[in-house]
Amino acid sequence: MTSIPANANMSEKTLHDENQELPTLAEEASHTGESIVEGKTVGTPYADDAKFKLRDVEVFYGENRAIKNVSLDIATNEVIAFIGPSGCGKSTFLRSLNRMNDSVESCRVKGTLELDGQDLYDPRQDVVELRARVGMVFQKPNPFPKSIYDNVAYGPRIHGLANRKSDLDDIVESSLRKAGLWDEVKDRLDATATGMSGGQQQRLCIARTIAVSPEVVLMDEPCSALDPIATAKVEELIAELSQSYTIVIVTHSMQQAARVSHRTAYFHLGHLVEVNDTSTVFTAPEHQMTESYITGRFG
Amino acid sequence: MQPANLLLITLAFAAIAYGFGYFRSRALAMPLGGIRHLKSLPFYYGARAALWCGIPALIVLGLWAAFQGHVIQTLVIGTLPENLLPSNEGEASLLLSKISNIASGALPRDFADPAIVKAADLLIRLREQSLMYMTALVVAVAVLAGFIAWVRIRPTLNARVQVEATLKWIFFSCAALAILTTVGIIFSVALETFRFFQKISFIDFIFGSHWSPQTALRADQVAAEGAFGMIPLFTGTLLISAIAMLVAVPVGLMSAVYLSEYANPRVRGIVKPLLEMLAGVPTVVYGFFAALTVAPFISDLAASLGIEASSQSALAAGAVMGIMIIPFVSSLSDDVINAVPQSLRDGSLALGATQSETMKKVIFPAALPGIMGGILLAVSRAIGETMIVVMAAGLAANLTANPLETVTTVTVQIVTLLTGDQEFDSAKTLAAFALGAMLFLSTLVLNILALHIVRKYREQYD
Amino acid sequence: MTNHTQAEIVRQSLKKRYRKEKRFRAYGILAIAIALSALVVLFTDIIGKGYTGFMKTSLNLEVELNQEMMFLDDATDPKQIRMADFVEPLVQALMKEIPGATEADRDEVRTLINPYASADLREALVNNPEWLGTTREMNLLAHTDVDVYAKHAGDSAYSIKLSEQQREWVDQLVEKGVVEVGFNDTFFKGGDSRDPSRAGILGAVVGSLLTMFITLILSFPIGVAAAIYLEEFAPQNKLTDFIEVNINNLAAVPSIIFGLLGLAVFIGLFGMPRSVPVVGGLVLTLMTLPTIIISSRAAIKSVPPSIREAASGIGASKMQVVLHHVLPLALPGMLTGSIIGMAQALGETAPLLLIGMVAFIVDVPNGFLDSATVLPVQVFLWAGSPELAFIERASAAIMVLLSFLISMNALAIWLRKRLERRW
Repeated sequence: MTSIPANANMSEKTLHDENQELPTLAEEASHTGESIVEGKTVGTPYADDAKFKLRDVEVFYGENRAIKNVSLDIATNEVIAFIGPSGCGKSTFLRSLNRMNDSVESCRVKGTLELDGQDLYDPRQDVVELRARVGMVFQKPNPFPKSIYDNVAYGPRIHGLANRKSDLDDIVESSLRKAGLWDEVKDRLDATATGMSGGQQQRLCIARTIAVSPEVVLMDEPCSALDPIATAKVEELIAELSQSYTIVIVTHSMQQAARVSHRTAYFHLGHLVEVNDTSTVFTAPEHQMTESYITGRFG
Repeated sequence: MQPANLLLITLAFAAIAYGFGYFRSRALAMPLGGIRHLKSLPFYYGARAALWCGIPALIVLGLWAAFQGHVIQTLVIGTLPENLLPSNEGEASLLLSKISNIASGALPRDFADPAIVKAADLLIRLREQSLMYMTALVVAVAVLAGFIAWVRIRPTLNARVQVEATLKWIFFSCAALAILTTVGIIFSVALETFRFFQKISFIDFIFGSHWSPQTALRADQVAAEGAFGMIPLFTGTLLISAIAMLVAVPVGLMSAVYLSEYANPRVRGIVKPLLEMLAGVPTVVYGFFAALTVAPFISDLAASLGIEASSQSALAAGAVMGIMIIPFVSSLSDDVINAVPQSLRDGSLALGATQSETMKKVIFPAALPGIMGGILLAVSRAIGETMIVVMAAGLAANLTANPLETVTTVTVQIVTLLTGDQEFDSAKTLAAFALGAMLFLSTLVLNILALHIVRKYREQYD
Repeated sequence: MTNHTQAEIVRQSLKKRYRKEKRFRAYGILAIAIALSALVVLFTDIIGKGYTGFMKTSLNLEVELNQEMMFLDDATDPKQIRMADFVEPLVQALMKEIPGATEADRDEVRTLINPYASADLREALVNNPEWLGTTREMNLLAHTDVDVYAKHAGDSAYSIKLSEQQREWVDQLVEKGVVEVGFNDTFFKGGDSRDPSRAGILGAVVGSLLTMFITLILSFPIGVAAAIYLEEFAPQNKLTDFIEVNINNLAAVPSIIFGLLGLAVFIGLFGMPRSVPVVGGLVLTLMTLPTIIISSRAAIKSVPPSIREAASGIGASKMQVVLHHVLPLALPGMLTGSIIGMAQALGETAPLLLIGMVAFIVDVPNGFLDSATVLPVQVFLWAGSPELAFIERASAAIMVLLSFLISMNALAIWLRKRLERRW
C-alpha cells in the first residue's frame, strides 16, 4: 500500500520538474504565437458520429491533476492514437474510458464522459457492463495461467454469452481467427498460454478481448514489450480489427501511430494539445509543441 | 570456580589482552613514526590478542563443563561395591540421584548405605577437584595464548586480515549451528528409537491398532508388555488436525481475500494486527480455553441436543487449534495472493469480470500452488501442536472418526510418557522417542514439500 | 446488431452475478467476524475467569500473642519456636470476633483460617521477637473455602464447601470488616503452593526471566552472526544451500521435538540437571534461532546495495562494510525480529515440559542452576487442577503472561516505527 502514495509523489515530482522546463518551451512557442492554453485543443477534436463524447475531462490522483480539461470525440470504427512524452497522461486518460482507474483509490475523474450518449461515471452505470463493451489490451501481455482455450473462453463464460459448448467453441475459434492466431494454436488449444511467445501472448490477449465482442478496444502500448516481427503482426491485426471496432491506442512509437491510426492526438503534461488526421499531424502539425515532439526535440 | 564465573573471568582476560595488544602495537609504531606505519589499526592488534586469548580458553571451558558431569558420574559408579552396581540405566539414574542428594545434604546420610555415603563423599571431592583443574587449565590457556599473541605483534603483521578471517569463521559456525541442531535432533530421536525397535517390532508399532503403554501391574495380565500400536494415535492426530484445518482454511483464506481485495486501508490497518494477535497468544492459553471453556460448552450443547459427547472431545481441541492456525493460513495466503501480478487482475477486470469472478477464476487458480504449500505448512503445524491437545484432548487411544469422542494424539502421548513417573529405559519411555521420530519425519516431509512448492510458485512470478 | 443482443445478454446476467459478488464479500466479512469474535471470546473468557484471581480474602484479627497459650517464652529460641503453638492465638482471635461461637464450634472456626496463616504468624514473630506478650493487629490469609465463598457466593460453577453455620459467620465477619476481599499481593510475592490462596507467580516469573535471559544472550548474537554470514559472506555452494534448508526446516519443526533434543542431548548426554533455567534457555535458543536468523536476514537484505558500494568504494574491507555500515542500519529490524522471537519463546510450554520444568516448585529460584518453572508451565499446572480456585489463578497468570507478551510486541512495533528507515 505504501508504494502507491510513494509512486504518486514521484510522478508528481517529475511532472513538477517538467513544469519548470515548461516556460522555456512555452516561451519558444510564443514566438510563433502558439503556447499551450488549458482546454484549448488545436485541430479537429470533434467528430459527427461520436462513439465517445468527452468534454472537460479532468483526472486527479489525490491532489495531483493528471489530466487537465480535455475535450475530445472518438468516432465509431476509427483508430485513434494517443501520443506524447512519458507522464503526459495519455495512459491515464485511456484508463478512464473503461473506468480501470476505479481500482486506484486516490483517483477521481471529473467532466463529461459519454459512450453512445450514456454517462460513463453515472452511479447507475454498471462498470461490468461497461467493460464488456469497452475492452482493454495492456502494455505487457497478461494471459491467465490457464490453457489457450480457457483464456479466450473466459470472457464469454463469465458473461454467459454461450449457451452450449459448441457455441463457445465457435466464439473461441472465430476470435482466434480474427486475432490471426488460429493456425498457430489450433492443435494445442489445451496447452498453457504462458508457454507461448510474447507476440503470441499479446495476440491471445487481443483475441481474449474481442471474444466478448466489445464495441471499443482500448490498447495501452500493446507492442512495447514485443520484438519488431511480433509488433508488425499486431499492427496488421489492428488494421484488420479497425473495420469492426473502434480502437483507441496509446503508443510511444510515432511510427506506429503513423502506420495504424486514422487520427492522432498529442498530449503534453495532461493537456490535449492537438488532434488531427494522422497524416496532418506527422506532415504539417499545426501546433509548435507537436512539431517539436515529432521532430524529436524532446520526449 | 563455577563455570559461569569462569566465563566472566575469561572474558575479562580477553579484555585485558585487548589492552595489551592495543598498546604494544602503538608502542612498536612510535619509533617508526606513528600508527601509519602499522599494517593495521591498533584496534585490530588488540582484537587479535583478545581472540587468541579468549577463543581457546572458551573452547576448553565449554568442553570441560559439558563432559565433566558424565565423567564424574562414571568414576563414582565405578567405585561402588559389586552388590550395589546398577543393572540397567534406570537403576543407575536412581542411584546417582540418591548419591547426589546425599552429597548436597538433601537426604540425611545417617540412614544410607555406607558405600553410598562414601560414593557421595567421592562425588563432592571429584566435583571440587574438577572445578579446580578446570579453572587452572582455562586460566593457563588464556594467559599462554594471549601471551603468544602479544609477543608476535609486529608492525608488518596484518592483524586486520587475521581478525576478519576469524570473525568470518565465527559467523560461519553460528550459521552451521543449524546443521548441528538438525543432527542433534536426529541423533536424539534415532538412538532411542532404535533401542525401542529392539524391544517392540516395527510392524506392530506402525500397523498395530491398540495403544496402551501402561505396563501391566500383574505379570499374567494380557497386555503384560503394553501395546504399542500407533494407528489410533495417528488417526487421532489426523482427526484433530482435520477439524483444525476445516476451521482455519476457509476462515483464514477468506479473511485474507477480503483484506487484500475488498477492505480499505483503514479496515486493513485495524483487522490485520488483531488477526496477528491470535498468532501471538501462547498455545498454553489456547489449551486452557479449549479445556475449560470450549470442551464443556460442546458437551453441554451436545447433551442439550440429546447427543452424547465426551468432555474431552476431539472437536473442542480441533476447533481451538483451528482458531490458532487462522492467522497462519491468512498471512500465508495474503502473501501468495499478493504475489499474483496486478496485470492478471487488470486483464480480468478489463474483460468485465466482477471482483469475485476475478478472484475465483483467475487469482485462485493462479495462486493455488502457493496456497496449497501454505496449507501443508499449516497441517504440519497442526500435527506438531502440543499444548492444546495435551490440555484438551484425552489420553484414551480410541480408533474413531467421531469428533465428539475422545481421541489422543502423538504429541499428547510423548508428553504423557515423558513427564509422568518415568521408568528409565522401559519400552514406555523409548516409545516416546519413537513417536517423536515419526512426528519429526512426517513434519519434515510436509515442510520440505511445502517449502519447495512455495518456492517454485514464487519463482514463477518473480 | 449482434452487439446490442450481446449487451442485452450481459445486462441480464448482471443481477445473478452481483448476487454472487455480494455473497462472496459476505463470506469474507463472515470469516473476519469469526476470527475476531474468537479473539474477543478468548479474551473475555480469560478475563472473566481470572480477574478474581487478583483478589484475595484475608482476616483482620487482633491477635493476642500470649506466652502461656503458645507455650513460648522466648521467641529467639529456635527450639521453642519449633514446638510453640501458633494456631491457638489465631483461633482465639477469630472466636472473639464471632459472638455466638462456643467452644463446640472450635473446629468450624478454625477451618476459616488458612492452614498457612500460623506459619506466617511464626515468621512474623521470629522477625519481631519483641511482639511476644502483646496484642497485635494482623492481616492473615483466610481459608481458600472462605475465599471462594466470599468471591463467588452466587456462582453455580463454584461449589461452596462451607457449612451453613460458617457461611453465616463469614457474612457477619464481612460486615464487620474482619473478613476483607482485597488486592491479592500474595499472588505476586510467592511461589507455587498446594493451597490456592497461597499460590503465587513470582517463582514462575523469575524462572521465566532467567530462562529468557539465557535465550536472549545466546540467540541474539548467534542469530545475527549467522544471518550476516548467510547474507554477506556465504559462497554459493552446496553447504550454504544445506544450511539454508536446515534453517527453514527448523523454523517449522514442532517445538516438542526441541524438548526431545534437550532431554536426550543436554540432560542425557551432557549430564546437565533437569528443571533448570539453563537447559530451558538452551532449548528455547535452538527453537528461536531460525526465527531470529530469518528476520535478521530480511533486515540485512533491506539495506540498499548503494551503502555497501559507497563504503567499499573508499576502501573498506568487506568485514568493515558489514560491521560499520550494514549492521547498524539493519539493527532495528533485527531487534524487532528478535523481540518477536523472544515473545514466542516466553509463551512456549511443550519443550519445557520434557526437560522437567514442570515440577512442583515452591521456592523462588535464585540462579540459573536452581530448579524452576516458567509462567506458561505454571498456567498449565494450575489449569490441570480440579480446584476452581486454581483455575482462577491460572487465568490471572495468563493475564500476566499476555501483558508481558503484548508489551513485548508493542515494544517491537514501537521500535520498528521509531528506528526503521525507509529507502
